[in-house]
Amino acid sequence: MTDFFKENLTSLHKKLVDKEISSTELTKEALNKSKSSQSEINAFITIDDQGALKRAAEVDAAGIDANNILSGIPFAIKDNIITKGLKTTAASHILDNFVPVYDATVIEKLNKLGIVTIGKTNMDEFAMGGSTETSYFGKTANAWDHTKVPGGSSGGSASSVASGVIPAALGSDTGGSIRQPAAFNGIVGLKPTYGRVSRWGLIAFGSSLDQIGPLTRTVKDNARVLSAISGKDRRDTTSEDQSVPDFTKGIEKGVKDLRIAVPKEYFASGIDEGVKDVVKKAIAKYESLGAKVDEVSLPHSKYGIAAYYILASSEASSNLERFDGIRYGFSARKDDQTLEDLYVQTRSEGFGDEVKRRIMLGTFALSAGFYDAYFKKAAQVRTLIVDDFTKVFENHDIILGPTTTSPAFDLGSENDDPVKMYMNDLLTIPVNLAGLPGMSINAGFTAGLPVGLQIIGKRFDESTIYKTAYAFEQDSQLFTKHPGVNF
Amino acid sequence: MSSFETTIGLEVHVELKTKSKAFSPSPVNFGDPANENTNVIDWGYPGVLPSANKGALESGMTAALALNAQITRDVHWDRKNYFYPDNPKSYQVTQQQTPIGHDGYVEIKKEDGTSKRIGIKELHVEEDAGKNSHSGKGYSLVDLNRQGTPLVEIVSQPDISSPEEAYLYLEKLRQLIQFTGISDVKMQEGSMRVDINISVRPIGAAKYGTKVEIKNVNSFQYAKNALAYEEQRQRDELMAGHEIGQETRRFDEPTKSTILMRVKEGADDYRYFPEPDLPAIHVSNDWIKKVRSRLPETADDRIIRYTNKFALSKKDAAVLTQTLEMANFYDQAVDDGADPKRAANYLIGDVNAYLNETQLDLQDTKLTPDHLSGLIKLIDNGTISTKQAKKVFTAITDGEEPKAYVEKHGLVQLSDPTKLTPIIDQILDNNQQSIDDFKGGKDRAIGYLTGQVMKETHGNANPKIVHEILLTELKKR
Repeated sequence: MTDFFKENLTSLHKKLVDKEISSTELTKEALNKSKSSQSEINAFITIDDQGALKRAAEVDAAGIDANNILSGIPFAIKDNIITKGLKTTAASHILDNFVPVYDATVIEKLNKLGIVTIGKTNMDEFAMGGSTETSYFGKTANAWDHTKVPGGSSGGSASSVASGVIPAALGSDTGGSIRQPAAFNGIVGLKPTYGRVSRWGLIAFGSSLDQIGPLTRTVKDNARVLSAISGKDRRDTTSEDQSVPDFTKGIEKGVKDLRIAVPKEYFASGIDEGVKDVVKKAIAKYESLGAKVDEVSLPHSKYGIAAYYILASSEASSNLERFDGIRYGFSARKDDQTLEDLYVQTRSEGFGDEVKRRIMLGTFALSAGFYDAYFKKAAQVRTLIVDDFTKVFENHDIILGPTTTSPAFDLGSENDDPVKMYMNDLLTIPVNLAGLPGMSINAGFTAGLPVGLQIIGKRFDESTIYKTAYAFEQDSQLFTKHPGVNF
Repeated sequence: MSSFETTIGLEVHVELKTKSKAFSPSPVNFGDPANENTNVIDWGYPGVLPSANKGALESGMTAALALNAQITRDVHWDRKNYFYPDNPKSYQVTQQQTPIGHDGYVEIKKEDGTSKRIGIKELHVEEDAGKNSHSGKGYSLVDLNRQGTPLVEIVSQPDISSPEEAYLYLEKLRQLIQFTGISDVKMQEGSMRVDINISVRPIGAAKYGTKVEIKNVNSFQYAKNALAYEEQRQRDELMAGHEIGQETRRFDEPTKSTILMRVKEGADDYRYFPEPDLPAIHVSNDWIKKVRSRLPETADDRIIRYTNKFALSKKDAAVLTQTLEMANFYDQAVDDGADPKRAANYLIGDVNAYLNETQLDLQDTKLTPDHLSGLIKLIDNGTISTKQAKKVFTAITDGEEPKAYVEKHGLVQLSDPTKLTPIIDQILDNNQQSIDDFKGGKDRAIGYLTGQVMKETHGNANPKIVHEILLTELKKR
């Protein structure tokens, strides 16, 4: 039996190359774990036994590519990333029978490298939420405490990696949806620079904010997956023509003389004291490792949430208009209906409350007479937030702070108060608004739950983030701690 | 009647002749089977993203420059949100905030010989929607072939003050656009469509009258008829003391009237915002320069060239430049060595008559410039008579090569005096009366005798040579 808690991509690759284990065996292991964990954590919407085993057999038959670390490795994919022939629902009733005819670019890339997709992970409906509780397919549980939320919206991906079900997963991050669940589950989650990874095949939420990224247990694994999925894509003209380095290169260089900025706003009132403590200790550790730490200010970050909910919801209201019950997905079609009735009925039944709330918010913010007061204002705030970061990065290499305002909260506890839920993303949202890369790694524990350290870099400077994260990880060895349950 | 003035503004949509769609790699091709030219982008599938067709934006720039417009330097795309079954993304990608061209003008020549400048408010590039057809059996059919086809929308200032001016403006606009080569501008294929705004007010009134919209008019004559009807309708309403409602109407061809479609209570709310899936584009000086340097010769420039270089009349030059096909056909025939005057006469006369008769566009016929120039050369070098030329013209409309046709059918003109003289002598022998008449000073006799020679030679004799020989032989008698 393969214990994913004791493995990483390097060790798994070595076993595959040395024929200690086959991809089929590894895939069976992941499939078994995914299924046996379902009743406890419900991390998957779709588990693709047949497809995964067929694929693993193909990889085995072709032989593991020794030069290619992802060859034969099982993966889990967030269910808003399009997979050809494999049901892709975005956790919504309106797409609950949708089987795509094409692959997302990231899937094409990973498939070429020989990964085996074992299934599609649970998430908040259309990635709207911070707890994976708005899914049409039920809630996912936190890996460390099954009464807590796994965070969202990539909760299924984060919980499955943290629970040792799968070595690596893909998520998407619009306002913190990779970093926050990574923090809640004590793993490594990276939101790449906007434009680093193609969005072709990512079911859009907020197009100007969305970015696909990896969730893994270790920093190096994360870097390997990012190298595999990055690059300019002619089908996504917002992707940028930047060289794609091997992000593991130079990862061991250490943080001596690294200029670290710590925004005072990231330690304001309203942030859990336990979280503050753990993160402050982590930052002190960096100082002891030779980094220089300065307190800085991001004065406009407090307006981030307001701006974000206007911009992301506006874009979402437009992106979600295409779901009409005609061409694909769920349809409330009945014989005696008019076309308009069909649309109304399909959307009424097909979309959940949170999605409807954001569609209404976005529609309102864009409507004639309100555009200037809301959308335009929010876009201006966004520019101020970008300027804040630019200023800090003139004199610093990296920004550190907590990923979340609190550790994982109880399932169901914030469901009735959307604004309270929105406040959880206070610390992650500014990074999306500025298009910067940001990561969360495990910084320690408070009250038995993991605390995320957020590492924010300059545009397209993921290398420095990885170097920074790796130094702490190797020093703390926190990745060796795991929830204990072994599915 | 003259106590009212009319204000007209036109929005003209022109479909661009690009290989692929505005934001997807699907081909653009009129008349293919339904939904053949579509892909996941055109279907509005989840997860798909647009890619802007640079050629479409460049065509927009070309049109803007041809309409004397300023070019916007920083362009981004906007979403115009509305849901309709033939618009699967539920928004149209357009340029609401940053139209590629603005503040241009078109100069029209009115019938009284005066000119008038019609302002162009803006010109933007956008994508077309697909096409719904309603079966009448309780379901509708959606064809997405046209969905995403690039368009330019040309918005005039409300500078047009009569249906006649609107007609002249549309004709001029079509000509200007056609000569840039960015569009075929075929009304019958819907590649040019017009939305009309018209209001009427008492002369001297401070405010414009209430604007009525007439949607999707697809012929210039219809536009003129719709405007004439609407202008009169609004005057009558005002005369009767009624108010004009803010409404959208459509033109009904059989009755040549406009019919109410819907009353507008407020403006449609399209919830425009910048398209986040497409990066903004900076239009550099160099790019504009490049597009400007590639602007083809305009119709007006060709008229000047034809009148200066080929000594054509202004009127003839204007006829030749009514369509780009005709003007290009003419230039090629002349390049190929046809006499410019004779080529012009052929195109204006026989070719136009043929097109009218067959209801074909020049490019859809079998006529080619080198066949026409071949025909003209055969006349000029005396190989065929103008009478024979009629037969040869009919042959080239069927795609025949003129020289080969003439040889095959023995249409070569009889110009050899050694062959003609015996025939003429024979005819003179048989027509003593005509000889007497000629000697008596009656020149008519020559005409009669020439006719006899032509009859004898089945029209193949060269009349000029016949005339010369006749005079010589008559003097001998």
